[in-house]
Formats: sequence, structure tokens, C-alpha cells
Amino acid sequence: MSSSTENAPVAGDYIVHHLTHLTNTGHKQLAVIDWTVINVDTLFWSISMGALAIIVMIIAARRATSGVPGRLQGAVEMLVDMVETQSKAIVHGDRQFIAPVALTVFVWVLFMNALDFLPVDLVPRAAAEWFGLHHQRIVPTADLNGTLGMSLGVLLLCLYYNIKIKGFGGWVHELFTAPFGNHPLLYPINFAMQMIEFVAKTVSHGMRLFGNMYAGELVFMLIALMGSTATAMGFFGHVVAGSIWAIFHILIVVLQAFIFMMLTLVYIGQAHESH
Amino acid sequence: MNLNATLFAQLAVFFVLAWFTMKFVWPPIMKALDERAGKIADGLAAADKAKTDLVHAEKKAAEELRHARESAAEFRSGAEKQAAQLLEEARTEAARVVSVAREAAEAEAGVAAQRAKEALREQVALLAVAGAEKILRKEINPQAHAELLSQLKSEL
Repeated sequence: MSSSTENAPVAGDYIVHHLTHLTNTGHKQLAVIDWTVINVDTLFWSISMGALAIIVMIIAARRATSGVPGRLQGAVEMLVDMVETQSKAIVHGDRQFIAPVALTVFVWVLFMNALDFLPVDLVPRAAAEWFGLHHQRIVPTADLNGTLGMSLGVLLLCLYYNIKIKGFGGWVHELFTAPFGNHPLLYPINFAMQMIEFVAKTVSHGMRLFGNMYAGELVFMLIALMGSTATAMGFFGHVVAGSIWAIFHILIVVLQAFIFMMLTLVYIGQAHESH
Repeated sequence: MNLNATLFAQLAVFFVLAWFTMKFVWPPIMKALDERAGKIADGLAAADKAKTDLVHAEKKAAEELRHARESAAEFRSGAEKQAAQLLEEARTEAARVVSVAREAAEAEAGVAAQRAKEALREQVALLAVAGAEKILRKEINPQAHAELLSQLKSEL
């Protein structure tokens, strides 16, 4: 984890290196938005964690019996029950797809967030040594593309359910008449408000998770930097601060996954209700 | 903080995973949960029923016990009465048997005494005759003196 003093990187270089994605182009993305670039590391880890989440849940689902449950089944059942209860309270309507979406979101985000517990240098170093990959960011939720991708999915679901529940005409009517009222003068204001609301929901939904995980990752890096000074103080600081932050991060990882799931339900639930 | 095509890939993954969960994870688990809820409800209902059954059975058992006790008491008093009666009958029978035996014994004793008397009488007569013979030293003709002898016999 901590490099020795003779090849210790400059702090700034270390951080920048760790915050650089492995891209399909092979070099750092320069423009703020570039649709030709794909973060291979983000995709790899998010799909891996998604697959892992699905596999764990499928194993539990396969073994699910109405008899006495085992530990895995009990744990997954508690999760399913929690999601079911929450979705029932928040979404009033057909939850055949919505409740599984919430479950998927929770478990998937939880697993992706949990990648933050791996030592910050472990996977990048292994990737460099064994596969010759020079950049590797393993927490997909600390990548804005990862979180905004999911919140965009939630936005699409919101639009779908808005149209499904209220009909296209009803939804357009609502876009122009809510929240201020049905008057021609208020149409543009209502519409603007609605647009702002949709954008704000989606951006804040993705940004919230990203910000938390990005900050968490950055703090881990700073703590690792302290250890990399290879002094007694640095070592001590690394161990103490690293332990404290990792323990605190357990809370953040679960909490952020839960918040992301709850907001998913809340936004989709709002799509079911007329203003 | 750069945006790129990863966004859309992630979007696609999101829906694939959600669809997968809806298709293969959610239904069996919910089914198991619902079934278990049903089983538990059935179990609770059965327990309730068992409880009322138990109360019922206890009541019935107490009643049976009371019946048994009553009939046992009845039996006992009946048996006592019967025993007393039997005892009484046995007593009277015994008394009867004893009196019959006594009467028989008395009768037999009377007969024996009579017989002994007769025998004695004959022997006394013979003795008397023998004595008289000796006294008279002369034969007495039994035929001639039969009347005398029989008279003597009856006097004894």
C-alpha cells in the first residue's frame, strides 16, 4: 500500500494518478464531455458487482423455500422484505417492476460502494503488475458516469410511469398546469418549473451518491499518502485515520445505497401521483 | 468529473440488472415469503384451535371423571347392600343348617338311645333269666315262662 520513500510519488501526482480512469482511448479524457470515451474500469467493476449481486440473489432465490430459511436466504429475505415494505409505502400502483428495480439498485450500489473498502493501491497496483494497466479506479459509484447513468435510468422510469399512469395528454397537461395552476399566463412558468424539477432530481440523485463516494475515496487516498511518507508518524496516522475512516465508511456505504434506493422509489412514486 | 459514453453503458446495465431481478430473483423470494406467511398463519390458527380443543377436552374429561365417581359410588353402595344381603342370607342358611343338623343329631341320638335301651332290655332279660336259672337251679322252660319273661321285659 504505502510506497517506500525513494520512489514515493509527489502527492499531487499520486492523487491525480489514482483519479484517472482506464479509458478505451488509452489516455486521460481531456474534454469535460466526450461521448467517444468509455471508462473501461468503471464498466468492468460495475458490471462485475452487478453480476455478483444478481448471482448472490439468484442463489438465494433458487434455494428459497417456505420452510425454515438458511442464513443467506434469511438475509436476502430481510432485504426483499425491507424493499417491499418501502416500495409499498411510497409507490401506489403496480410495483411488479418497481420493487425489483429498488432491490437491484440497493444491492448493486451497496456492492459498488463496498469496493471502497479495498485498499486504494491494491487493485491499481495488481492491474499494473499483472495486466499492464496503468490506471484503475475500482469504485464505479465514484465515477459521475456511473451514478448519473443510474439516475438517468430512474428518470426514464419516471417519464415512462408518468405517461403510463396519466396518459400522454394527461401528463402534458400536468406539465403546463402544475404546480401553480391552470392559467395560460402560468403555462410557461409551470413548464419551466417542471423541467427544472426533473433535471434537479436526476442530477442531484446521481451527484449525491457520486459526491459521497468520490469524497470517501479521496480521503482514503490522502490517508494512504500519509502512510507513504514511511515515517513513524505517517504509519501511525495511516493506521489510526485509516481505521476510523474505514469504520465510518461502512455507514456511508450502506446509507448511500439506501438513500439511492429510497430516492429511486420516491421519484417513481411521484410519477404515480397527480399534482 | 468527466462525462462520457460510460453513462449510457451504465444506463443499459441498470435496466438489464433490474429486468433480471424482476424476472428471476423477486418472484421466487416473494413466493417463498408469502407461502411462509400463509404457513405461519395456518400454524397460529391451528394453535388457537388446539387451545380451544384442549379446554373442551379438559371439560369433557372432568365430566367423565365426575360420572365415573358417581357410578363408582353407586356401585359401591349397591355392592355393600348386596354383601349385607348375602351375609344375611348366609346367616339364616347357616342357622337353618345348624338347626336341621341338630334335629337330625337329636333324632339319631334318640333312636340310638332307644336301640341301646332295647338291647339293654334284652340283655337284662337274659341276665335275669340266667340269674333266675342259677337261683332256681332248675331249667325254666322258656316256652312255659315266656309270658313271665315278656312281662318282665316290659317292666324294665
